[in-house]
Amino acid sequence: MNHHNNSENNEKNIELDNEGKLKTFFNKDITTKRMNHRILLDKVGKKLFSVSILFALLILVILFYRIGVQSIGWLDLQFLTSNLSIFPEKAGIFGVLIGSFLLMVVVIPVTLLLGISTAIYLEEYAKKGRFQAFVDINISNLAGVPSVIFGLLGLTVFGRLLNLGSSILAGGLTLSLLVLPIIVAAGQEAIRAVPGFLRDGAYAMGATKWTTVRTVVLPSALPGILTGSILAVSRAIGETAPLVVLGIPALILRVPNSLMSDFTALPIQIYYWTLDTVLTPEYANMAAATIVVLLVLLFLLNSVAIVIRNKYQRRY
Amino acid sequence: MLNEKNNNNNHQNNIVYDVKNLNLWYGDVQGLKDINLTIRENQVTAIIGPSGCGKSTFIKTLNRMVDNIPAVRTSGEVLYYGTNIFSDTLRVEELRTSVGMVFQKPNPFPKSIYENVVYGPKIHGISDKKILSEITETSLKSASLWEEVKDRLHTNAYGLSGGQQQRLCIARSLAIQPEVLLMDEPTSALDPIATNKIEELINELKKYYTIVIVTHNMQQAARIADSTAFFLNGELVEHGPTSEIFTNPRDKRTDDYISGRFG
Amino acid sequence: MSESNHVRDIIRNNIKHRNNRLEIIMPKLFLIAGSISIFTTIGIVLTLLIDAYHFFEQVPIREIFSTKLAPLGVNPSFGILPLINGTIITSLIAMIVAVPVGLTAAMYLSEFSSENTRKIIKPIMEVLAGIPTIVYGFFAYSFVTPLLMKLIPTLEPKNALSPGIVMGIMIIPLVTSLSEDAMSSVPNDMREGALALGSTRLEVTLKVVIPAAISGIMASFVLAISRAIGETMIVTIASGSSKNFTLDITQSMQTMTAYIVEFTSGDAGIGTGYYSLYAVGLVLFIFTLMMNLLSRYISRKYREEY
Repeated sequence: MNHHNNSENNEKNIELDNEGKLKTFFNKDITTKRMNHRILLDKVGKKLFSVSILFALLILVILFYRIGVQSIGWLDLQFLTSNLSIFPEKAGIFGVLIGSFLLMVVVIPVTLLLGISTAIYLEEYAKKGRFQAFVDINISNLAGVPSVIFGLLGLTVFGRLLNLGSSILAGGLTLSLLVLPIIVAAGQEAIRAVPGFLRDGAYAMGATKWTTVRTVVLPSALPGILTGSILAVSRAIGETAPLVVLGIPALILRVPNSLMSDFTALPIQIYYWTLDTVLTPEYANMAAATIVVLLVLLFLLNSVAIVIRNKYQRRY
Repeated sequence: MLNEKNNNNNHQNNIVYDVKNLNLWYGDVQGLKDINLTIRENQVTAIIGPSGCGKSTFIKTLNRMVDNIPAVRTSGEVLYYGTNIFSDTLRVEELRTSVGMVFQKPNPFPKSIYENVVYGPKIHGISDKKILSEITETSLKSASLWEEVKDRLHTNAYGLSGGQQQRLCIARSLAIQPEVLLMDEPTSALDPIATNKIEELINELKKYYTIVIVTHNMQQAARIADSTAFFLNGELVEHGPTSEIFTNPRDKRTDDYISGRFG
Repeated sequence: MSESNHVRDIIRNNIKHRNNRLEIIMPKLFLIAGSISIFTTIGIVLTLLIDAYHFFEQVPIREIFSTKLAPLGVNPSFGILPLINGTIITSLIAMIVAVPVGLTAAMYLSEFSSENTRKIIKPIMEVLAGIPTIVYGFFAYSFVTPLLMKLIPTLEPKNALSPGIVMGIMIIPLVTSLSEDAMSSVPNDMREGALALGSTRLEVTLKVVIPAAISGIMASFVLAISRAIGETMIVTIASGSSKNFTLDITQSMQTMTAYIVEFTSGDAGIGTGYYSLYAVGLVLFIFTLMMNLLSRYISRKYREEY
């Protein structure tokens, strides 16, 4: 293709001033002077923004330090293995630990079963239609409902209607519903990440849908599902509001031994001890010690999740 | 066939860029090896070569966009009108007001056409609305886009076609009145008609600006460039007047590339 | 030869007699599981509506919109405004803390920091986000309140300022991570275009990236407000249960969430007081539902198609 200089044919695009040079609009000297100012602003801005990060870090450090300091002397083996007592020196959180543990014994299977099933339904079986979209929106709305409301639901349905009172079963079922969206979201993501060509391989051999899901999709999605369930458990272990609304009490002297027992859990214990600090200053230390136990548990759980995520994450 | 006008490689023209022994590494990988090259005023210099030969890296060094690449290191000098662009006395923002860049994929901001064009002048201190309007009109005219958009300056730039968006990006760069316009494969994402428009534009613009264009399309270089530089594996193999490079290359590798034996 | 035929026959035979019952049952089971989530929402709505209805039957509208709340008094009064006031004020304080810190932290992470710094900071943010709210509640009451009382002598032990600030701190990771996601999805070409025109990083951030990511950023703010409104333990512990309608943040205030907790941890019995819980719960549910829907709407409507 040939171009000849077409300036006679084209309109004169480039505007020139009287001397036939390019029109200029601004004095480059002003630009240069302003530049110092702008570059300074840039440096200041960067420093300022980093202060926010430092602030967040500082808070974290102070939080851990204070709680750690307050728990010194109170967090020991005796604390972990004794039962609650009205005498601060003798009190221990053994019963509380069992309570939290039994709570998870309810939460884990219920929420895993419901959550994974919902995820499988949404990702593998549901036809893209109004019902499926409705379930999807529903789950994401549930994720934003305040935990007290779940408490009210639990109180009415599990506590009174099903007459489970303030038992472990009632608490566990309530918490399962609360953390359900977490597992569903994690499950959906994990299932979605299983590449189509894996499924195709199974179908091409004559496998049915359920067989494919069972033997190809789920095993592949397992690490993601596990990570999600650990996140859900982490959330459930620390939740206080729904249990308080259910009526879980403050002082349970006996260690719970069945799912229908009365019980108390780690966050509840922290709550009631904190409230009563005015009356009994030692309660602050005991609350701090319990917080340390809770945080350590969460740390362990999340470390497991990270290990799972790193070790089993397959790159296709 | 080559346009005889392309023999405007007048050695009397001033030197804009004098590149001396330029080396560049990203981490351990060497992207540019001992580049020596001069670029002259009011010419179109084309940088050609196969994929991965370093031509994009080279052009991005000229306005120090390579600063954004992590672990990048350079050695050697790049003199812009006599000043080394890597020296501490020249601030990169200042360099970029003199050296503009147009990218392979048109990248207008998600703002109105007007806002796109006046972005540069505004951050560099122009706030007078009258002047900004004038700048908008002049720049869009210089980019051959004015007639097509003059009635919709305040509509979103994303409503334009690919070719129009690219001319908008050119207008945007011209709005701050640079001396040099760097173009990194500006037409590779466009259809032939849009490409043609931009090549005609470049022919006009070179009277007033210095243009460096990276292209993987040899015919384009032959059409519009006064000088051509051939890069291979990070090295500058050969450079000179376009007609010489294409009809009488000195290096066998150049000859092989031009004749399509590889590339 | 005959052996491979043998295998083929077995397979063909098995397929003919394949038990298809599982194939049909499993999807149905999954559907039922999927519906549980819908039943949950229905359960919540019904629970709240039914008992709130009993409340609205018994209490005149004029009283509900009054500022006098004394559910256990001799002459019980059920004005909801003190609770709404408490919720709004504590949430506002939280946003004043969380928005500047959260957004600037996100800007730093997304536009100014190196890859290495990001790798360290992001996990730390995740840690902050994972701390149970009861721990923040304890922190507010045992550390922040005494500290603030030293700085502001007129501050009462139970006040709105301390939980407001701590709620803000709790929300920072939410704002930061969502805003940073929004900013990261702005394509790099746009930044390069602005840089090539001689912008500083700050100018690129403020004039190009933030306007482009604004819908995601706004959506994150709305979600943060929703979170603050629904927060319970921090305000219950640190803000107390005063039902005065006041704008004084140095005094105790009660939020909607704290009211529900107060009433259920005591002995609520049956009666208007009990029903008032559900009425408040209904209001709370509607507030947070609206916020969540708003957040999704903003996110979708103003999202730039790059």
